[in-house]
Amino acid sequence: MRPGAVGALLALTSAAGRTEVKTGDEFPALARARIVNLAGGGEALPDLTGKVVLVDFWASWCAPCKASFPVMARLHADYAARGFVIAAVSIDDKASAAAAFAKKMAPPFATLLDPEKKLVQQVDVPAMPASYLLDRHGRVRFVHQGFHGDATERELRQHIETLLAEKD
Amino acid sequence: MKTFFLAAISLLGCAVAFSGCASANLARVKPWERATLAGYDMRPDRDPLHAAMSEHTFFSREAANGGRAVGGSGCGCN
Repeated sequence: MRPGAVGALLALTSAAGRTEVKTGDEFPALARARIVNLAGGGEALPDLTGKVVLVDFWASWCAPCKASFPVMARLHADYAARGFVIAAVSIDDKASAAAAFAKKMAPPFATLLDPEKKLVQQVDVPAMPASYLLDRHGRVRFVHQGFHGDATERELRQHIETLLAEKD
Repeated sequence: MKTFFLAAISLLGCAVAFSGCASANLARVKPWERATLAGYDMRPDRDPLHAAMSEHTFFSREAANGGRAVGGSGCGCN
């Protein structure tokens, strides 16, 4: 049998049923997915219009997610003034667990909750954690799966710098 | 010709087998559904005594020791 035929078959079957948001796609609107702010009290969602946005999916039970928070805090500190926003979306089943995690970590960026799992299902995140870097037009320009310490931070910084430098 | 026929049959068999894997009827635990798997109760080494006994049994049967440690529990993160 030709190896090419087997490869094509495997690629076809593995791709079946996958609709995940990929690089180049427009990211779904947070408000439409009924995302809420973990800060509560009617706190509004962060304004993402015209900003370079990092949408990060996390959970209180995910150890690498916990490790990623200090790195995201550094990214926020370094780039927020230049139009960079982080929207960290929890996919926890229990809002109380997500709120306790956010309170403990006390990040300087917005921590949100996807209570109905609408957004995470629509995006079909391939791993936990997963980060989507959007350009100023809301288009996905970079997808990062998992968290790998310094390597992840370097990679994110490189892409954030590139997107912030884009004028239009 | 016979080889080509066999190859075609094999390809068809593979297609049927793999299409079963792609079926929506199979239970697929998505990355965001693994909270329970990530719990402490799912850790294979949560009981030190049980872990030591299992390791001893493994060592006795396989004449090999160690190298089985996997960090964390079953959330499949990263």
